[in-house]
Amino acid sequence: MRVLVLVKYVPEITSDRVMDSGRLVRDPAVGLMNELDEHAVEAALQLVEALPDEDARESSQIIALTVAPSTGDMAIKKAYQMGAERGIRVTDDAFAGLDYHGTAAVLAAAVRRLGSDDEGPIDVVLCGLTALDGLGSVIPAMLAEELGWPQLTHSRAVALGADGRSLNTTRETEESVEELTAPLPAVVSVTDAANEPRMPNFKRIMAARTKAVEEWSAADVEPFLEDFAPRVSVVDAAVHPPRVAGDVVVDRGEGGTVLANYLIEKGLV
Amino acid sequence: MTQPTILLALPSAHARVDEVRNSSLELITLARSLGRVDVVTMGAPSTEVLALLGLYDVEAVHQAALPTAVPEEQQRVTSNLAAVMVAAARKVHADVLLLPNGFAFKEIGAVAALRLKAGLVTDAAGVRWDAPGVLHVAKRVFGGTWDTVAEVRTDPAVVTVQANTVVAEPVGVGVGGVGVGAGGAGIPRVEALLVDLPPCAVTVKSREVSRKDEGRPDLEEASVVVAGGRGVNGDFGPVEELADVLGGAVGATRDAVFEGWFDRYIGQTGVTVAPAVYVAAGISGMPHHVSGITGSGQILAVNNDSDAPIFEMSDFGVVGDLAAVLPQAAETIRAWRAGREG
Repeated sequence: MRVLVLVKYVPEITSDRVMDSGRLVRDPAVGLMNELDEHAVEAALQLVEALPDEDARESSQIIALTVAPSTGDMAIKKAYQMGAERGIRVTDDAFAGLDYHGTAAVLAAAVRRLGSDDEGPIDVVLCGLTALDGLGSVIPAMLAEELGWPQLTHSRAVALGADGRSLNTTRETEESVEELTAPLPAVVSVTDAANEPRMPNFKRIMAARTKAVEEWSAADVEPFLEDFAPRVSVVDAAVHPPRVAGDVVVDRGEGGTVLANYLIEKGLV
Repeated sequence: MTQPTILLALPSAHARVDEVRNSSLELITLARSLGRVDVVTMGAPSTEVLALLGLYDVEAVHQAALPTAVPEEQQRVTSNLAAVMVAAARKVHADVLLLPNGFAFKEIGAVAALRLKAGLVTDAAGVRWDAPGVLHVAKRVFGGTWDTVAEVRTDPAVVTVQANTVVAEPVGVGVGGVGVGAGGAGIPRVEALLVDLPPCAVTVKSREVSRKDEGRPDLEEASVVVAGGRGVNGDFGPVEELADVLGGAVGATRDAVFEGWFDRYIGQTGVTVAPAVYVAAGISGMPHHVSGITGSGQILAVNNDSDAPIFEMSDFGVVGDLAAVLPQAAETIRAWRAGREG
């Protein structure tokens, strides 16, 4: 089985985010792999480990993919530490500032290119629920649509079907809980309830340090790339004024009354 | 330029549409500021629903007519719901598609946008025309630290909108509160929307509609939210009591949910809320949680630790035991109301 995991480097949540020309400036000093992507890597590892046939397990391949500048390598390295064996970073000036549609189109091109090599088709693309910088959570669905593959998103459980050629998932959204099934190849996104990502062991951490990341340019994916021109552009970006701390009172038996009166006086009751 | 047509999805948990969520009324109010409003439903709207939509000046309801061979749970697959939106957008030549901002609707909007070759903006906090055919969409990003404006020039544009972005208002309100619906178009007409479904390889084996918090507004769209964190120590009673007095929804932190004390959490990987009033009880204010509440109007905090970071972003705070402070606040509000009525 060939599993591709999408990973992304994101700024640390408490860091001061900086934008330039409507784009996020990613500082390599204050970032890490998108936490939710760890669940995607873990799900990939568990899918392979659950294969009943030892030869199938041995011949399986987990590939980490990111579309990013060189800071993206930090996300690939984290995937290496957890157990991915190949990592690809797609980088090109032409791909800077992609919108949702452009991102999905470039990812789809990379998936097609991988599927056209002589190592066999990609069976599953695994993604985290959302990237914790943009919080859009739409890329998995859009990638599936670009590829014409079924989408099994928001999965809190993923398992290979008994036929070995389908996936069964439990999809949980604010509307419903559904048991879904779809044939491979498919795009899957997992929630943080899907699994507990493993801690990398020392041996893997050391090996990841020196393991190279393959770099692809626009030329490498271009034969597989359809329209990726932006349909949305950011025309303005400004720092939101930070919240200013208001009064804090210490409860000496009347704290609840004071709180209630604050709401009443503000006309919020 | 003729008046733009704004199309929006009207969610319903069941086959028959017999209620309109407040978030839908907000969306219609916003849509009305952009052009004439048409809505899409999956089922037949009730007479009451149609009357309400009329008060909000909805022009027409397009009720999806899917091939009868498609079972109901299968109709709700993302690909099929996107097909419904695409069919409606083409039928009415929509200029803008508006959808609510939940996870499921964001995906529906995203897939529909690709099929329509439309620009997509999610998590919108404001939508307006900058010029004819040039839509400007405001959103807050990076945990509420930045405000951005995205420009969409595609026809149509697809936008998912956060709850509480505008206040829901029927047409004609404002003149001393009388004349409700006076400017409305009357009862909207209902039209069948024929939808061809593209092949869909996803099969729904079972579907269970999520249980909503009985008698309380939906967490995503409530104008008051009272939430509990680790500090509630397993007892959400005081949190629920204050929420009910304020007519609000109950929320929790991820920690509290993982402890098994409550079922849904607010935060970066959970629900994002933007109520007028947010009360954080026993919540320290970790970044994960805070990024889900930055759109709130007033933030109030009750915590026994005076150094809790939540106080730094609160409009008002009480350092104390929430098990004493919240019931007292609830009682004070009840007494104030009783005094006003008496």
